[in-house]
Amino acid sequence: MNRAEPLILGIESSCDETGVGIVRGGTLLSNTVASSMDEHVRFGGVIPEIASRAHLEAIVPALDAALKEAGVTLDELDGIAVTAGPGLAGALMVGVSAAKALAVATGKPLFAINHLVAHVAVGLLAEQVFADGLPENLGALLVSGGHTEVLRVRGIQDVQMLGSTIDDAAGEAYDKTARLLGLGYPGGPVIDRLSREGDPKAIRFPRGLTQPKYMGTADEPGPHRYDWSFSGLKAAVARCVEQFEARGEEPPVADIAASFQEAVVDVVTAKAMLACKEHGITELLLGGGVAANARLRELTARRCASAGITLHVPPISLCTDNGAMVAALASRLVMDGAEPSSLDFAPDSSLPVSTVLLP
Amino acid sequence: MTTILAIDTSAIASAAILRAGAEGTEVLARFATEDTRSHAEVTAPAVARLLEETGLSGKDLDAVVAGVGPGPFTGLRAGLTVARTLGFAWCLPVHGVMSLDAIAADAVAAGAPERFLVATDARRKEVYWALYANDAGTPRLLDGPHVQRPADVVVDELLGAGGAVYGAGAGLYPEELSPVEAFARTQPDAVALGTLALERLARGEELLETEPLYLRESDAQVPGPRKKAL
Repeated sequence: MNRAEPLILGIESSCDETGVGIVRGGTLLSNTVASSMDEHVRFGGVIPEIASRAHLEAIVPALDAALKEAGVTLDELDGIAVTAGPGLAGALMVGVSAAKALAVATGKPLFAINHLVAHVAVGLLAEQVFADGLPENLGALLVSGGHTEVLRVRGIQDVQMLGSTIDDAAGEAYDKTARLLGLGYPGGPVIDRLSREGDPKAIRFPRGLTQPKYMGTADEPGPHRYDWSFSGLKAAVARCVEQFEARGEEPPVADIAASFQEAVVDVVTAKAMLACKEHGITELLLGGGVAANARLRELTARRCASAGITLHVPPISLCTDNGAMVAALASRLVMDGAEPSSLDFAPDSSLPVSTVLLP
Repeated sequence: MTTILAIDTSAIASAAILRAGAEGTEVLARFATEDTRSHAEVTAPAVARLLEETGLSGKDLDAVVAGVGPGPFTGLRAGLTVARTLGFAWCLPVHGVMSLDAIAADAVAAGAPERFLVATDARRKEVYWALYANDAGTPRLLDGPHVQRPADVVVDELLGAGGAVYGAGAGLYPEELSPVEAFARTQPDAVALGTLALERLARGEELLETEPLYLRESDAQVPGPRKKAL
């Protein structure tokens, strides 16, 4: 195996995107993503079985497209990487089955890697944010339809979860709120757009898990100091809409959207900043699909600046789920001397961030 | 000579390498699980072991054949994903065979009557089933596959009284589906599936594409209008 500049193909299928990416060392060669988002529109959220069916149909065409775009053949690869978790179990199994089959067909080593750590590793690609290696005192804030997490990254194989959502992911809260407001799916872009026309202070929506009993203090942290909860926020939006309707008034959709967005973005960034400050994090990577949200980027940038934290945001095509990040992580692991995974591994829908590579 | 890799994960996970020659079909290596829930883990490693046992590689094969179900979704997809990906990597054609045909082929070989049913477990107290004719030693699909509650399968109407139902689906619901005792635990298997595929290819018949036969939609419900207050 070429460990100096390994040529790695990465497969991602943990949610509704079928991604295949190819990297050589730290250089991105191709990044093909097929999304089943359109098929979830009428349900207002990702339906796991529909996503899994779409993965089966998309995986071989995506492999073909990624290899062609990169101008490489399967024979030339040094290894195959795949998201082993966390994610939707049925969806993961399609990517994992394809990756195992490729490894069997080509005899190449297989690397079963952690999806969340891959979101960080994408920053290691050339011309990305950490081209010279991961900085000291690094943290990551991952916000998407399936994840809301703040991580401490001491090294690419030494990642610790500081906080996460205890119920819905932030992106899921956007989708559910958009449905309540009759704005369609996905909720993020439309709420972000509509919020510009509304007053973010019109309605004070709750910031979950911010009461003292959950927060505690820096010395004696409460049970959810860096955790989030968005289910109460969603219920508060529903009550708010109902109150307007009960009075026979048209709900002020733009104001509700703006106030909802402010509640999400405020609590996400406030808790992330707190986690950074209390863990000596001075460099923060923002990842996940909700990194495309204008207000989240703006407030994160402002709060990072005033806290003396350097913010790094990869291009959106590498923030959303993709195969290149999977390949990027495996490439780094191979360069660091990691041994491949066994062909017998099982995908793990709740794989902890402490497991970067399955044995 | 035609050499194929056959895979079926519509119930158990199974795989086999078979070769058709002048002497008939020879099973070069075979693998099958007992359980029905580990397909994404075991299917590809099983193929690796079959290749190792036979000393063959992808370039020695002429085609990959996969059971297209019906079967529980996640397991079924594991086999189809493996088959399609192997076909892509080895530049081989990938053909589909309806998975219940595998049991029907075994049933015919064991002297099934002129008309018979095949049934497998569809979970949720339902079975996948299909109606076959024993066409001079070859199974011919007459109706199906369907997914239904065992009590709703009109066995007597389809077969007459005392009809024969083959496969583990009948074994699970003996009161409704009059199982053939020797087949009461039989699942679709890659050996039977591959043998049937080789016979069909030898006769110049077209095999199926590898589109999965899910037979059920996802459980997702399109959300209705929100309930108004008051």
